Amino acid sequence: MAKGSVQIVVERCKACGFCVEFCPTHVLALSSAFNAKGYHTPYMVHPEKCSGCDLCGMYCPDFAIFGFKSAEETKKTQAKPESKEAAAPPPAAVESEEAPDAR
Amino acid sequence: MHADPAGVLTGSHFLDGDHACCEGALAAGARFSSGYPITPSTEVVERFASRVPTVGGVFIQMEDELAASIALQGAVWGGAKAFTVTSGPGFSLMMEHIGYAAMTETPCVFVDVQRGGPSTGLPTLPAQADMMQARWGSHGDYAIIALCPNSPQECFDLTITAFNYAEKYRCPVFVMLDEVVGHMTEKVVIPPAEQIDVEPRRYTKLPPEAFALYEPDADLVPDMPHVGEGYNVHVTGLTHDERGYPDMRPAVQDRLVKRLVEKITKNVDKITLFEEDQIDGADVVVVSYGITSRVAQRAIDMARAKGVKVGKFRLITAWPFPEKQIAAIAEKVKALVVPELNLGQMVREVERAAAGKATVRLVPHAGGSVHKPEDILNAILEVTRG
Amino acid sequence: MAETLVTPQNPVEQFLRMDRIPHIWCPGCGIGTSVNSFARALVDAQIDTKHLAIVSGIGCSGRVAGYTKFDSFHTTHGRAIPFATGLKLANPKMNVVVYSGDGDLFAIGGNHLIHAARRNVDLKVVCVNNLIYAMTGGQTAPTTPGAVTTSTNPYGTYDPAFNLPYLVEAAGAVYVARWTAFHVRQLARSMEEMFAKKGFSFIEVLSPCPTLYQRRNKMGDGLDTMKFYKEKSKVRNGAPTSEVGLSKSGEIVVGKFVDRERNDYGMLMHDRMVEALGDDYVETEACSCQ
Repeated sequence: MAKGSVQIVVERCKACGFCVEFCPTHVLALSSAFNAKGYHTPYMVHPEKCSGCDLCGMYCPDFAIFGFKSAEETKKTQAKPESKEAAAPPPAAVESEEAPDAR
Repeated sequence: MHADPAGVLTGSHFLDGDHACCEGALAAGARFSSGYPITPSTEVVERFASRVPTVGGVFIQMEDELAASIALQGAVWGGAKAFTVTSGPGFSLMMEHIGYAAMTETPCVFVDVQRGGPSTGLPTLPAQADMMQARWGSHGDYAIIALCPNSPQECFDLTITAFNYAEKYRCPVFVMLDEVVGHMTEKVVIPPAEQIDVEPRRYTKLPPEAFALYEPDADLVPDMPHVGEGYNVHVTGLTHDERGYPDMRPAVQDRLVKRLVEKITKNVDKITLFEEDQIDGADVVVVSYGITSRVAQRAIDMARAKGVKVGKFRLITAWPFPEKQIAAIAEKVKALVVPELNLGQMVREVERAAAGKATVRLVPHAGGSVHKPEDILNAILEVTRG
Repeated sequence: MAETLVTPQNPVEQFLRMDRIPHIWCPGCGIGTSVNSFARALVDAQIDTKHLAIVSGIGCSGRVAGYTKFDSFHTTHGRAIPFATGLKLANPKMNVVVYSGDGDLFAIGGNHLIHAARRNVDLKVVCVNNLIYAMTGGQTAPTTPGAVTTSTNPYGTYDPAFNLPYLVEAAGAVYVARWTAFHVRQLARSMEEMFAKKGFSFIEVLSPCPTLYQRRNKMGDGLDTMKFYKEKSKVRNGAPTSEVGLSKSGEIVVGKFVDRERNDYGMLMHDRMVEALGDDYVETEACSCQ
């Protein structure tokens, strides 16, 4: 089970490539599909490698992608002492309105 | 609402106009000023710097007029009543931010102690040549209010009026002194605080979810939010919609800019202040303002002694211009004589309002001193004869 | 609890005016990236955002005020700092951030910047430096390095450029750091540290401007510039700011350069008044009117 996942708001993406380049485990790639503005948006080509570190989210200039840890992983992190490196917030019960479109 | 007694120096004083203006600001509730030294206005903020720490507030001398004219607006949004003072060259520098105040509907007061110009001009001598600049100085369409005191007492009283108008109509309001009114020393009576009416800030009673930053009331003026209370206001100088969000569409521009002007023009009857005397039956009326009105009074008295039926109309609010009153007078009299310490500024408004119904005779003066009463008298006699 | 039941919200969205997204910044622009770091810093520093005000000037970076959900003020070109000074002095409980660009803060706004730093007004200043005037079409900025093409230097620039950390330190700032849009985590940490400082704090964030600066100079796109930052940056915390000037293609020194203690302006004013006036000094929490 992957430690984390990403959520992508496809219509916001401008295909700058930051998330693809700077993902530490090379989870992402630009897909051949494109959004309404013609940009080739990213997708998880290696979802099993995602740690939910949210570096993609920190790089994204368009707020179009973010990473989050799985519920299991979050429980593990919360059991440990607070780490400054904890990137994503715990998965609170906030239903996202956008379709979690990660192809 | 009554004035806060902390800022009211009740009593009978011997003050010059600049000092009286400062006391007016304090009485009105001003607790922040950002200024920059410029003759002949500096005494206003020098006194404020001395007084306000014992009243409860802040004075900061900024690095230039550009900074002074915007710092006070930051203070206004922070919750204070704020003002600055300047003269010609500084007034010119402040123009962009006067436009910002008009566009963002920031209530604030600008005092201009007019001096000879253009450019560095005559730093220590009077003129009244910034009158059109007060109305039109910044780019774009907007409206302002300008008051012209003619004595230190009026410097006190009208500065309070200026602050009250600023809060009521959410626009920059100008107190147009000149170097003579600013530096003349006369008796100034400051009443007890409970006799001074002060306009409170029109804070909204709506909660953040229901509040729109620029949704106007029936009087075309919107209420203000408190900063720091979760309203998440967005204030911008860009053309904006009722939420305050930038919007470039011509329809939005039309709606916004027309309202910025109409909130003044449609409320003109509540704003206009003037003084008139012996208008009925007059052949000629002298229209004047500021220090020139004091000299004009002498000329009027001299003319009346010669049997001339001359009336007096003194602009206390120069802007919005009292068109209705001047138009009505022009119907009844032969001529309007307009002395001013410039080469013809407010006279253009008089001509416009008179619409040819009466002769309009300017008595210009390039500045540097006040008119000689004889110059105004001669003009009165000329138009009566002709 | 099922794994896929609920998805969390992007941590930056709570601080954005979502009704104004998507924003106007170009693909590969680093301003949005800096906002992510800012959002992270707000969370980690547990900033009470009800009392946060953000003031910006004119330019691409100046648009940050319009997209962020705080009491936000989009002021005139170069004058965010004096506006912020008035706001802070009249209402000291507000945490006042200035978020603007290199042209806005150092050309037209240069005078105000040095005086606010001199006074040590308690402002947190984030300067996104894209080495150009982007919004107006790519004119030379006081930070544009030599021999690059801009719209007002069509034959190449020859103005010497400012070294921003050096200037701001000399003027009196208590916290001076530089990062690039590549250094998202370090930038967030710096911003967090900045929130804990009292006094004039300054962070320079180098950002790509793919549409104007990079394109005119055939330097690739935003990603190429981010890779350039990664390759050329050297973290030198505590480096003398006189030595951190930038050149067109040379080393980029990043890090925290200055972190010192000085009484901020509010404290200076208070202490002087108490000294001079004693009990006659009327101290107020804020200069507020009814």
